[in-house]
Amino acid sequence: MALNAAAKADTFPKLLVRNAELFATRPAMRHKDLGIWQTWTWAETLAIVRAYAVGLNRLGVKRGETVAVVGGNRPKLYWSVMAAQMLGAIPVPVYADAVAEELAFVLDHAEARFAAVEDQEQVDKILSVIARLPRVEMLIYDEPRGLRDYDHSRLRAIDRVIEDGAQALAGDPALAAWLDNEIAAGKGSDPSIILYTSGTTGQSKGVVVTGERAIKAASDSVAFDRLSENDVALAYLPLAWVGDHYLNYCQGLVAGFCTACPESSETAMADLREIGPTYYFAPPRTLELLLTRVMIRMEDAGLLKQKLFHYFIGVARKYGERILNRERVSLVGRILYGIGNLLVYGPLKNVLGFSRVRVAYTAGEAIGPELFTFYRSIGVNLKQLYGQTEAFICVTAQPDGQIYPDTVGPPFPNVDIRIAENGEIQFRSPGMFVGYFKDEARTAEVMTPDGYIKSGDAGFFDEKTGHLKIIDRARDVGRLNDGTLFAPKYIENKLKFYPNIREAVAYGDKRDFVAVMINIDLTAVSSWAERNNVTYASYQELAGHPRVYDMIERHVAEVNRALADDKVMAGAQIRRFLILHKELDADDGELTRTQKVRRRFIAERYAPLIAALYDGSSEADVATEVTFEDGRKGVIRARVKIRDMKPEPVRAAMEKAA
Amino acid sequence: MRAPGGPEIAVGDVLLSVENVSLSFGGVKAISGVSFDIRKGEIRAIIGPNGAGKTSMLNVINGFYHPQQGRITFKGKTRPHMQPYEAARGGIARTFQNVALFRGMTVLDNIMAGRSLKMHTNIFWQLLRFGPALREEVAHRVRVEEIIDFLRIQDIRRTPVGRLPYGLQKRVELGRALAMEPDLLLLDEPMAGMNLEEKEDMSRFILDVNDHYGTTIALIEHDMGVVMDLSDRVVVLDYGIKIADGTPDEIKRDPAVIDAYLGVAH
Repeated sequence: MALNAAAKADTFPKLLVRNAELFATRPAMRHKDLGIWQTWTWAETLAIVRAYAVGLNRLGVKRGETVAVVGGNRPKLYWSVMAAQMLGAIPVPVYADAVAEELAFVLDHAEARFAAVEDQEQVDKILSVIARLPRVEMLIYDEPRGLRDYDHSRLRAIDRVIEDGAQALAGDPALAAWLDNEIAAGKGSDPSIILYTSGTTGQSKGVVVTGERAIKAASDSVAFDRLSENDVALAYLPLAWVGDHYLNYCQGLVAGFCTACPESSETAMADLREIGPTYYFAPPRTLELLLTRVMIRMEDAGLLKQKLFHYFIGVARKYGERILNRERVSLVGRILYGIGNLLVYGPLKNVLGFSRVRVAYTAGEAIGPELFTFYRSIGVNLKQLYGQTEAFICVTAQPDGQIYPDTVGPPFPNVDIRIAENGEIQFRSPGMFVGYFKDEARTAEVMTPDGYIKSGDAGFFDEKTGHLKIIDRARDVGRLNDGTLFAPKYIENKLKFYPNIREAVAYGDKRDFVAVMINIDLTAVSSWAERNNVTYASYQELAGHPRVYDMIERHVAEVNRALADDKVMAGAQIRRFLILHKELDADDGELTRTQKVRRRFIAERYAPLIAALYDGSSEADVATEVTFEDGRKGVIRARVKIRDMKPEPVRAAMEKAA
Repeated sequence: MRAPGGPEIAVGDVLLSVENVSLSFGGVKAISGVSFDIRKGEIRAIIGPNGAGKTSMLNVINGFYHPQQGRITFKGKTRPHMQPYEAARGGIARTFQNVALFRGMTVLDNIMAGRSLKMHTNIFWQLLRFGPALREEVAHRVRVEEIIDFLRIQDIRRTPVGRLPYGLQKRVELGRALAMEPDLLLLDEPMAGMNLEEKEDMSRFILDVNDHYGTTIALIEHDMGVVMDLSDRVVVLDYGIKIADGTPDEIKRDPAVIDAYLGVAH
């Protein structure tokens, strides 16, 4: 690892030049196209990006202006980011699944004149709101399908831009020198990217990160996990999400590892298996989904296989984690685990694509401890980190060998954390943002006068381990009317551990008791329905089925039992629940683009249901407007049933949190 | 990429013409005296109430049925009799009202099967899967992968067709027909039994095929909305007789069509 060279390069274009020398023939990027993995080395990548940058400049892209990047994980879009940065322009990635409204907001707010987009879908979306975007001059696209007959006065294929740049470079030797100059002219203190947050709390904000800080942050984490040019990562998370930019772009450039782009978002799981990444990141939701799929398939397996699976998963639970942590384990345990690895864990990891994973992280949301230990027990070195866009990710992370499922680890190297008097976590980090784009007021809101960032999360340092524990979003933690502490996420995560429950939203702040709205997981519940001869015609019908209610009721009762054992949360047992008639969806504003629940918005949208949860009625009518994928709107009406739950006897000594 | 044989036909010229065709099964007249043409590059719809003779018409065009009367001219060649495989070789591909795929085979293999007429190495080489046969297979696989990419079915490439939902099976069938690189693509109720979203997807693919590959398409469809949106020209059959022929707008206003579909007060 040439960390020294990395420290000298203070912008990403300079890093790219370094990598093209240092790792010239190593793969920088892979992409599965027409069924075959295509590879570009670092030297090839540099050549392409240089041509692309010249091509962009010839279209009029200038230093200091923004270039929007809209689409999925495709090499040409990553190159768009690189090429823009090479010219000193600031890339602004936008979520590919953003509806036209959101897209219009970001493009307008970022004042983008140029947008690099994936395909016809994105072009259509931007064209549908172009009247409100007078600044937008040119769209350049990756995938030409369907765009042939479009008016090309404001459209250009990325391929053509690159070709044009390459020709210009070949024809004019002075141009190469000019470009070298442009790269050298980039300063570490210049903004390198603007990441629009998905906004659990309203309109999105543009987080401005500088090259120097981003590289510092990425260098720390590369050293922390000893990542090198021999590692491989799969880029399958939204391009516009800070995590993807950090992992696949920044860390990739700093460490020189290979970033593989899946064929399409639907094939990501199969591609994961083919690529076999050594470095992997997944939000809890994805890990949950993978486990759910495995469990469903196990239910359909033969009896012998099922017995074998469950026996050895039991063995793994007992010894796996301790073996991974290199603790002392009895010989019998090691032998049993070895057999299990041969028969179950090895093949299982292979199916999941985790065979070569050396380091895996999960973050974005709290992960259920059962889920977390499951992966660790089968030998996947899964770790948690706690981060924020404003920190440019890492605030804390679990170091190898010091893993506790309920903490997120000690402060990351060079990160300074303190707990404010109200319990809020505040920090300073090497990668921390310089401000929200064009929004000083909100920048001032999250910064303390002495330069710390307010995280908005409540937490504390565990006395035994010195690791940070996150309780919840500070503003979400509340109290029931009788004074019991109510942390909604804590309850929701317990519920979400059940494969049948996809999403849960708990209410209880300033109420008499806790009530939850539950979203069933269609994959898991439909498979269950098939096995149990439950017939249904639609999601709505399945969700309202009495036997589905019975099943969910058992899950809720189990959660209540677990809560009863917890001395702080015993009083916050779930007393009433309902199953929602529609899936919560980011297109309807119910989830953020990173799939987090927008609690307050949901409360407003389903006000009649919340009212019914607390007024004792056994069912309620609700009509909700939904947005279809093509932007049309419709209304879903339903009568939703509500179930009461008996509180479980409190076994632990009841202590009200004071 | 066009199938060989026949003179070059410019876009807008007649690719196939049906003249005075009659077909009967015993005493049942399925088609009587129907004439129309299909021009190169257009999307041509054949519509009509149940039993109007639409599918019979398609079967006549691709040589599955042999009409007792009339002539069919395809790419300038008039033919008395033709076998389906001759039609296929001549550049006519089709999909079926009921999906007719190899259910136990993967999507990839099904679409590869569509290339079989284009394979030139003999069975000996193919069994060895070596030398020229391997090179040929790779070349065909490239075309098939392009089609998989075109129809966005990468994620089900290795899935046996029998495990797929109906809408996707229809798409795979379209893929297999496309693998033949046809001059004329016959679609028999491409959207039957589909939900709205699947219909929209399929419409998009049909338009894209027409636009991207320049394939001439003749389709039978019951969904009037789809027919009127997709097609350049529509021919209407009723009880085996042609009752109207024209652009979608003309057809919508044609009294004979309205009568056939809504019934007439007697």
